[in-house]
Amino acid sequence: MALLSVQDISVSIGVLSPLESVTFEIDKGEILGLVGESGSGKSLTAMCVMGLLPRIGGTITKGAIVFDGRDLTRLPELELRRLRGKRIALISQNPMTSLDPIIRIGAQIDQVSTLHLGLSAEAAKARSLELIAQLRIPEPAAIHRAYPHQLSGGMKQRIVIAMALAADPDLIVADEPTTALDVTIQAQIIQIMAELVRDRGLALMLITHDMGVVAQACDRVVVLYAGRVAEMNVIGEIFAAPKHPYTRELIRCIPRLGQEPGSLKGIPGVVPSIVDYPEGCRFNPRCSDAQALCRERKPALERKSTGLAACHFSEA
Amino acid sequence: MISFFLKRLLLLIPVFLAVSVVIFMIVHLVPGDPIDNLVQINSSPEQKAALAARYGLDKPLYQQYAIWLGKALTGDLGDAIILRRPVSDLIAQNLPHSLSLGALALLFSTVVGIAAGVLAAIYKDSWIDRVTMTLILLGSTVPSFWLGLLLIMLFAVQLGWFPVSGARSWDALILPVLTIGLGGVALVARVTRVAMMETARKDFVMMLHAKGVPPWQIELRHVLRHALLPVVTILSLRIGWILGGAVTVEFVFARPGLGSLLITSLNQRDYPVVQGALLMLAIAVMLGTLLGDIVQAAMDPRVRERIK
Amino acid sequence: MAALDPIKTAVRSPRGGLSAAVLVLVVACALFAPWIAPYAYDIQNLPGSNAEPSRTHWMGTDEFGRDLMSRIIYGARTSLSVAITAISISVVSGLTLGAMAGYFGGWFDRAVTAVVDLTWSFPEILIALILIAIIGPGVESVMVAISIAYLAQFTRLTRAQIMALKNETYVEATANLGAGHFHIIFRHLLPNALTPVIVAGMLATGDAIILEATLGFFGLGAQPPTPSWGAMMSSGTAQIFIAPWIIIFPGLAIAATVISINLFGDALIEALDIRNRLRSV
Repeated sequence: MALLSVQDISVSIGVLSPLESVTFEIDKGEILGLVGESGSGKSLTAMCVMGLLPRIGGTITKGAIVFDGRDLTRLPELELRRLRGKRIALISQNPMTSLDPIIRIGAQIDQVSTLHLGLSAEAAKARSLELIAQLRIPEPAAIHRAYPHQLSGGMKQRIVIAMALAADPDLIVADEPTTALDVTIQAQIIQIMAELVRDRGLALMLITHDMGVVAQACDRVVVLYAGRVAEMNVIGEIFAAPKHPYTRELIRCIPRLGQEPGSLKGIPGVVPSIVDYPEGCRFNPRCSDAQALCRERKPALERKSTGLAACHFSEA
Repeated sequence: MISFFLKRLLLLIPVFLAVSVVIFMIVHLVPGDPIDNLVQINSSPEQKAALAARYGLDKPLYQQYAIWLGKALTGDLGDAIILRRPVSDLIAQNLPHSLSLGALALLFSTVVGIAAGVLAAIYKDSWIDRVTMTLILLGSTVPSFWLGLLLIMLFAVQLGWFPVSGARSWDALILPVLTIGLGGVALVARVTRVAMMETARKDFVMMLHAKGVPPWQIELRHVLRHALLPVVTILSLRIGWILGGAVTVEFVFARPGLGSLLITSLNQRDYPVVQGALLMLAIAVMLGTLLGDIVQAAMDPRVRERIK
Repeated sequence: MAALDPIKTAVRSPRGGLSAAVLVLVVACALFAPWIAPYAYDIQNLPGSNAEPSRTHWMGTDEFGRDLMSRIIYGARTSLSVAITAISISVVSGLTLGAMAGYFGGWFDRAVTAVVDLTWSFPEILIALILIAIIGPGVESVMVAISIAYLAQFTRLTRAQIMALKNETYVEATANLGAGHFHIIFRHLLPNALTPVIVAGMLATGDAIILEATLGFFGLGAQPPTPSWGAMMSSGTAQIFIAPWIIIFPGLAIAATVISINLFGDALIEALDIRNRLRSV
């Protein structure tokens, strides 16, 4: 059985329904990529899995999120809180703002292991120092004493990773962990996370809009478009034979070595606004192969030759 | 931290000099011969001459200032015209009353204001929030001397719980502290409430929830700590404002203190006393600001960094 | 006129409408006092002194038997004229100083900022008392004292607005087209910086009414028999045991006026959506 199984969840925030029937699974030791443009509902999916949706005023209206045999949507807040940080950890988008600026780095990592593992102050500190060292940060003791503003962005993101690892979680949700970082640092951070998954056998849900990052690290990919799953497949198949036109466009947009200058073009059109989703397939206004059917009927997420896709016209 | 303190203290020296120049100039800017502003009306020419010699009134203005400042710094602020006593005696007599009132009012404003602000922010839009918001509006719009008079009418005249005026017993402090306090509480509660709500929206707070930290711990250990930074900033900027409240309230309650001394001597045109009282109040404001800066630096590592 | 739209929006909100009504009433009292007031403000009637509120004297009489309501209506004149004049002077001077400091920068800016920061940490009441110590008590002194006491606030606010606007491209473009400094300041920068400063000025008028009343209460403002809310309460303190209305009603007048100014100002800030610009100081 999968470690985490998101089953057909829909989300509403006020009158809006930003997520519709999202389904996917993650196994232990696996890196699942969750891809899509901004506004596709990636971060919202992360909030659902973390059980933090009510914090931003959202509710899950349908479906289940089964983690290690328990449905998170039915757990009381207290139980959820015991899972958060302990068994499911978050690595957030912006390391610059996700650390408390007036508390020492060390204390912020220690907090997790004292809270969830019941460690004493000294034991927690020793554990944090070990984690900092494992993440190849020089001078762990000095970093432990430092304040966030004294560290670079890449360093801070490693600290956030250390914080995520502090209670030995089973699942890490990483919400665009490298977007705010320099390109050279991005690859390092992704590599660190990939190694952690392999070494510790934990599961990683990696949210990104960057197909390059997906290619570098993921085992399987879920492509989200406008709050719905467009396609889901193993990494090799996604790149070799994308089933959904949106996936094809995403792959086409990856810059390649030796490409003609100026030949790289984005996907035509824009992500539809949540208040005004098109009828039928939500990708139809931007799809070059769209037919009358695409404007009328919503395509179901169906099993194809490999993987799943939600397109009327992709080959079986 | 010590070097920070010394640096701040050094920065206060030009401020002090500027303020002292203004206060020194009062006697010279008032219409008429400065010497007439410093002595009793029926003084003999000999008495005037003695005073002129003592303050070097025949010397150029900047030398007079130097003499005046030098004497003031050694505690010689001249003699009161009406009361015929050294101004420094009058100040020594009144200062403790103002200090206890100011300190208590500051403590009350801070503690009650922060508590009200925190509760209003956590229970936003509840009745606690509405009561706090009303209190904030009243506290920043009702004149403190009127509030003082109302409290006297209700609690001292009608109910007889507290003395009407004076400072003979400890319970004479309660109504004055409440009077200054309402304005102070309003100020502190307003800043705390807004700061709490703004901090609660920050990314790191969401991260703390993601770490599984209990909500009460997040509110009190993290959000409140951040919310206190602007509170301390406002308090250090407006600490004089609370002292200013003390000036008014002392007069209303006929309490001894620097404020009463200042108002009385202003009405009597007793300029040496006016100068002495103003100088002391100015020093109190500056020390209050310094205290605020120090608390701020102790609380926020980024401030300490900036000072270095 | 487009400039009136935010005011209309503010008046339409519940608290904005109510507070606007109170303000109109107070201003009407000030303007038409001789026609509105039931009695002259200075007619004494010693046998009828300290009379409690009744049908002939709705708010009672003071220690000289003068009708309290009439004195409060006339008192609106003193309070409003002092506060509005003082704040207007303060706003105009603050706009000029702040705009020049923000625009030219350099030593002028440093000098202005130094003085402004110096006065900023001192409470307005203390600054006003220092000034009154110099120029002596009286209505004019109180006006001058209040206008100087609030100068720092408006200078600071204007300077911050100008600094923010100065670097915007259209200003640079105008400068590159060869426009003179004063043309840029008065035609391009100040009009855009004006709104928050005027709203702040309106809010400060409320504080100025309190400050005027406080100084009047200290006996440093309007001299008798001119009615002023603060001075009326000051003379009422002697009658606190027998005629509390002498203190209650003028205080209510001040509180109602100042609360209304604050509520209306708040509604206006909301309608203009400038809360952040006011807070940037």
